[in-house]
Amino acid sequence: MAPEKAPAQLGRPPLVRMIGITKRFPGVVANDRVDFELRAGEVHALLGENGAGKTTLMNILYGLYRPDEGRILVEGREVHIRGPRDAIELGIGMVHQHFRLVPTLTVAENIALSLREAGFFLPAKKVEPLIEEVANYYGLEVDPGAHIWQLSVGERQRVEILKLLIRDARILILDEPTTVLTPKERDELFKVMRKLAYEGRGIVFITHKLDEVFRVADRVTVLRKGRVVASSLPTSSVTPAQLARLMVGYELKPRPRMHPGRLGRVVLEVRELSALNDRGFMAVKGVSFQVRKGEIFGIAGVAGNGQRELVEVIVGLRKPASGRVLIDGVDVTGRSPAHLASMGVAFIPEDRARYGVVPDLSVAENLILRVYRERRFRHGLFLDLQAVREWSEKLVAEFGIATPDVDTPAGSLSGGNVQRLILARELSTRPRLLVASHPTHGLDVAATEYIRSLLLEQKEKGVAILLVSEDLDEIMELSDRIAVMREGRIVGVLGAAEADLETIGLMMSKG
Amino acid sequence: MSWEAAGHILHMAIRSGTPLLLGAVGEIYAQRSGVMNLGLEGIMLVGAITGFATTLATGQVWLGFIAACLAGLALALIHAFTSVSLYANQVVSGLALAMLGLGLSSLMGRAYVGQPMPYRLLPTPVPGLADLPVVGPAFFDQDPIVYLALAIALVAWFVLYRTRWGIMVRAVGDDPASADAMGVDVYAVRYACVAFGGAMSGLAGAYLSLVYTPAWFEGMTAGRGWIAFALVIFALWDPLKAILGAYLFGATEALQYFLQTSLGLSAPLLGMIPYAATILAMLVAVSETLRRRVGAPAALGKPYIREERVL
Amino acid sequence: MRLPFGLRLERRLEEEGWLKLAVPICSIVLALALASGVFAAHGLNPALVYGTVFSRLLGTHTGLAFLVIKSIPLLLCAAGLVLAFRARVWNIGAEGQLLLGSVAAAGLALFVLPDAPACLLIPLMFLAGFLAGAAWALLPAVLKAKLNVDEVITTLMMNYIAYKLVEYLIYGPWRGKATWGFPFTDIIPANAQLPLIPGTSIHWPTLLLALAAAGAMFVLLERTSLGYEVKVYGGNPDLARAVGMRPGKIILICMLISGGLAGLAGVGELAGVHKRLKYPWTISGGYGFTAIIVAWLARLNPLACVLTATFMGALLAAGSMMRASFNVPYASVSVFNGLILLCLVAGEVLLRYRVKLVFYRREEEGAGP
Repeated sequence: MAPEKAPAQLGRPPLVRMIGITKRFPGVVANDRVDFELRAGEVHALLGENGAGKTTLMNILYGLYRPDEGRILVEGREVHIRGPRDAIELGIGMVHQHFRLVPTLTVAENIALSLREAGFFLPAKKVEPLIEEVANYYGLEVDPGAHIWQLSVGERQRVEILKLLIRDARILILDEPTTVLTPKERDELFKVMRKLAYEGRGIVFITHKLDEVFRVADRVTVLRKGRVVASSLPTSSVTPAQLARLMVGYELKPRPRMHPGRLGRVVLEVRELSALNDRGFMAVKGVSFQVRKGEIFGIAGVAGNGQRELVEVIVGLRKPASGRVLIDGVDVTGRSPAHLASMGVAFIPEDRARYGVVPDLSVAENLILRVYRERRFRHGLFLDLQAVREWSEKLVAEFGIATPDVDTPAGSLSGGNVQRLILARELSTRPRLLVASHPTHGLDVAATEYIRSLLLEQKEKGVAILLVSEDLDEIMELSDRIAVMREGRIVGVLGAAEADLETIGLMMSKG
Repeated sequence: MSWEAAGHILHMAIRSGTPLLLGAVGEIYAQRSGVMNLGLEGIMLVGAITGFATTLATGQVWLGFIAACLAGLALALIHAFTSVSLYANQVVSGLALAMLGLGLSSLMGRAYVGQPMPYRLLPTPVPGLADLPVVGPAFFDQDPIVYLALAIALVAWFVLYRTRWGIMVRAVGDDPASADAMGVDVYAVRYACVAFGGAMSGLAGAYLSLVYTPAWFEGMTAGRGWIAFALVIFALWDPLKAILGAYLFGATEALQYFLQTSLGLSAPLLGMIPYAATILAMLVAVSETLRRRVGAPAALGKPYIREERVL
Repeated sequence: MRLPFGLRLERRLEEEGWLKLAVPICSIVLALALASGVFAAHGLNPALVYGTVFSRLLGTHTGLAFLVIKSIPLLLCAAGLVLAFRARVWNIGAEGQLLLGSVAAAGLALFVLPDAPACLLIPLMFLAGFLAGAAWALLPAVLKAKLNVDEVITTLMMNYIAYKLVEYLIYGPWRGKATWGFPFTDIIPANAQLPLIPGTSIHWPTLLLALAAAGAMFVLLERTSLGYEVKVYGGNPDLARAVGMRPGKIILICMLISGGLAGLAGVGELAGVHKRLKYPWTISGGYGFTAIIVAWLARLNPLACVLTATFMGALLAAGSMMRASFNVPYASVSVFNGLILLCLVAGEVLLRYRVKLVFYRREEEGAGP
C-alpha cells in the first residue's frame, strides 16, 4: 500500500525537533542523547523493541516526564514543556498504550475534560454535537453517552483519537496503537493516519512491528537501548532485514523447531466453559479444549476477548457460570486457588504489578510463597528460616535472578528479574500444568529470550503449558497447537505446521 | 404516637442531621477526588470551639461560622499536604488529625466550658409553608443553617455531575493518571476538595456549638465526625443521597429522646442507637455497592505519583 | 505566576538504614517543638512546663512508677495492633475492646466469683478479659472478612457502643452500694486486685503479660507460617488470595488477637489501677488511640514497641502531671499525639523518596503561541 504523500512541505521548519534528549531512571538510562525530528504531513515511525526508550522519549515530548538534558523545538521555537497542559497548548496530543480515559465517565465527559472551551456549565452536553461531527468526518463512530467501561478496546482507542482531533492537534503521537486491534481495525486506523498526515499534521507512530512500518510510515527512526541507531530513514530506502538488524543489533536466526515429541495424556480439559467478566457480561462463551503433557497450547487473540477471564477460571481466581475444568481427569471446577495449586497448577500472571510479588517482602520470602506449608520448611508451627534461605539461594542461582542477596526487598528488582522470580517461584512446585499469560510483556530482548527458552525446557520435561499471548510471533514460535479466541469463543484450533499469520489474522477479525 | 409527636421527631431529625449533612457533603468531595479524611471528628471540634469563641468575642454569630470554616479549612490543608504531596498513609494521617483536633479544641476551649451563648440564630419560618401540619414546622421553620446545608448539598450535586469542576473531581478520583495526561492538575483538585471538606466540617462543628446545643464542652461532637464519614459510604458518594441519609441518622438521635421520654428506657442504652445504626448503614452500603456495581472512587486512598515506573 | 524553583520527590532505590531511626526521632522532636508553640499561644511557658514535668517524671520514684503504669496498657494494645496493621486491618477499636476486658473482669470479680481465691480468680479474670476483648472485635472482623465492610468505622462505632455500655452498667445494674451517689461500681474484692511491686503501684502481672505479648507477636510474625501469611496478605492481598491463602482467616485471627490483647489491658486497668468500674474514658483513657501511635512509631515492629510504649507512656504521664500542676485539660495530650503522628507520617516520605531542589531556567514562562 503506497502511502499518499502530503503536499510539499519544503522550506518550513520541522514540526518538532528534539535535540540531545537524555533521561535517566534509577539504574537505567532510558534515553541517551537522542535526536528526533518530525515534519508536517508525514507519518514518522519510531521503531525499537520493548524497553528501547520510544515511549519515554514521547512521554517527554508530551510533558509527562522531564528530560535530564536536551532541548525541544516546536515549529522552530524552543519550548519548555512542564506538563501535559503545556504540550496540549502546543498542539501535541498522545494516545498511550494504556488509554488515559476515565472509566466511570462518559465519552462526552472525557472529551469535555480535555477541552477548555467547553465551558463550566454542562460541558458534556455542549461537546456532543462536536463529537458527532468530527467522528463522522473521520469515520470514527462512537456513542457520546456511553461510559468508557462499557466500550470495547477498539472503541476506546477511537475515543482517544477523537480527543486529539477535537482539539485539532497538529502533532499526534500514537504509542503501539495496533497491539489491541484486529487486523481489519488496524487497516482502518492506517487509513485514518494517512488522512491526517495528508491534512498536514505530523504523526509519530511508535511500534515494534516491522511490517507496519512499511505499511504506513514515510520515515523511520530506530532506537536501541536508549540510543538512536538510525535516524529519519525514508521507508522506501530500507529493507525489513536491515531494520531488524538495527533494532536488535544482530541477525535474528530462526529458532530451531523443537520436535513435537511424544504427547502424553490429557492434563487440562476445559468443557463448555462460560464465565462472566467483572461488569457482569458474558466474557467466555462455551469454550472447550484440551492440553496434553509435554505440549504447549497457545491461545492467540487480541486482549479483551475473554482470555483473562478464561485464565482466571482455570487457576481458580474466578468462578465460572457454567461448564467444567478438569485436571488429570479430576473435576476442579470452581475450586479455590489453593486447591488448584495443590493439584499442580502454576500460574504466570499477566498483571505482574497486581499478582506478581509482595514488594515489601524479601526475595526469599517471595520465593517460598507456594511451598511454605511443606514439611521441609517447618519445625512444627515454626518456619525453618535456614532451610528457606538455602532454598532461595539455590533458586536465585538457578534462574539467574539479579539481586544483591535474598534479603533484598522484591520491590527493588527490575521487570525482567521480577518475572524470573515469579517463574522460579511457580516452577519450583514442579507443576503439571503451567498457565502463562503474556509472560514476556514489557520485557527486554534478553529476558524475553530467556523466558521462551524456559518454557520450551519445561515442555521437554513434560509439563503441559497453556500459553496466552497477544504476540503472534511468540505464539507461533512456541506453540504445538494454536487456538484463536474471539469474543469469548474459540474460533479454531490449528496445528503448528498449518498455522501462518494470514490464517490466524483472518480468524481473529470479524467476518 | 400522635401526629404532633411525629412532627417533632421530624423537626429534630432535620436539625440533628444538618451537621452530618455538612460533614458528609464536604467529605464526599474529598473522597471523590481520591483522598479520605478521617480527621473529620477533630476538625468538627475545632470548628465548634472556633465558632463559639469568635461569636462571644465579636457578638456576631455569622462571624463565628466564617471563622469556623476557615479553621476547618486550615486543618484539612495539613492532611492534604501529607496525603497528596507527601504520599502518606491516609488512614494514619487522618487519625492523627483527629487526635490533634481533639487536643487543640480542648486546649482552646478551656476558658469556655460552661459559658452561656447569648447570641442566637433564630429559626426563620418560611411564610405560609411553615403552617402546614406536621411537615410545616419540620421543613420550613428551621434556622438558616439548615436551609444553607440543604442548599449546599443541592449545589454540590449539580456541580459534581453537571459542570466541568465536577468532571475534573470525578476524573481525579477515578483515574488520576488519565486526568493528569489530559492536563488536569491532580494535586490542585485534591487540595481544593480536601480543603472544602474541612471547611464544611468546621461549619458543622460551629452549628453544634452555636445553634444545636448551644454550648461548648470537650468532645461535644460525640462521634458525629465518624458518622459523617460513614454517611459518605452509605450515600454512595452522592450528595443527594447524603441528604436522605443525614436526616435518617438525625432521626435515630431524635428517636433516642422520644423513646427515653415516652418509654422510659435507659439513656445510655438508647445512646447506642446512632452508632449501631451506623454499622447497619455500612452493611447496607456494601450490599448496595455490589448490587449496583457502583463503588468507591477507584483511586481512593492511593497517593498519585506521576513519574511512577511500572514493574 | 510560577515560582522559579520547586521541590521534586525522587524515588529511592534502597532504604537508608540510619533514616529508619532518624525519622521517628526527628518527628518527635519536631512535634515537641510545635507543641510548645501551641502551649505558648495559650499563655503557658513551655520551658517551665517541660522542665517541671520531666524532672518530676524521671527524677522521682513515683514519677517513674507512674510512667510504667501508663506504658503497660499501651504495650499490650500496641502489640496486638502491630499484628493487625501488618495485615492492613485497621483496628481502631482498641478503646472499646479494652473496656470490655474491664467489664468482664469486673463482672467476674464482683458478681460471679467474688469469693474465689486470688490464684484462681486473677488468671480467670485475664482469660475472661481476653475473650471479651476478642468478642468485641468479632463483629467488625466478620463484617470485614465476609462482606468487606470497612473496619475503620465499624471498630470506631464499637468504641462508642462500649462507652455507652459501661455508662449503662455503672448508672444502672452495677451501681455500687457504697459510692455516695457517684456512678461507680463497688471496689472489687481484695483477692481480685492485682499484686503490686512492693513500694510502687505497678501491677506486675500485667507488665509481664505485656512484655510476653510483645515477644509473642514478634515470634508469630517472624517465625511462624501464620505470621508469614499476615505479612504476605498485608503486602499484596490479591497475590495472597491467588496462592491460596484465606483472607478471611487472616483477618479474623488478627482482629481477635488484637482485641484480646486490648482486653487484657482492660483487666489490668481495672484490677490493677482503678479497682472499680468508673466513667469509661477514665478507664480507657485514650490508650486505644495512643497505642496506634506506639505501633506506628515502632514501624510495626513488636519488639520496638517496648521502647515506643515507654516513650508514649511518659507522654501520657506527663499529660496527667500537666493537668494537675498547670490546669491543662488532659485531652491536650492529644495535641502531642496528633502532632507526633503527623510529623511521623509526613517524615516517612523521606524513607522512600529523596527531596531535590530544582531550579527552572528563566525562559520558562509556559508555552507561548
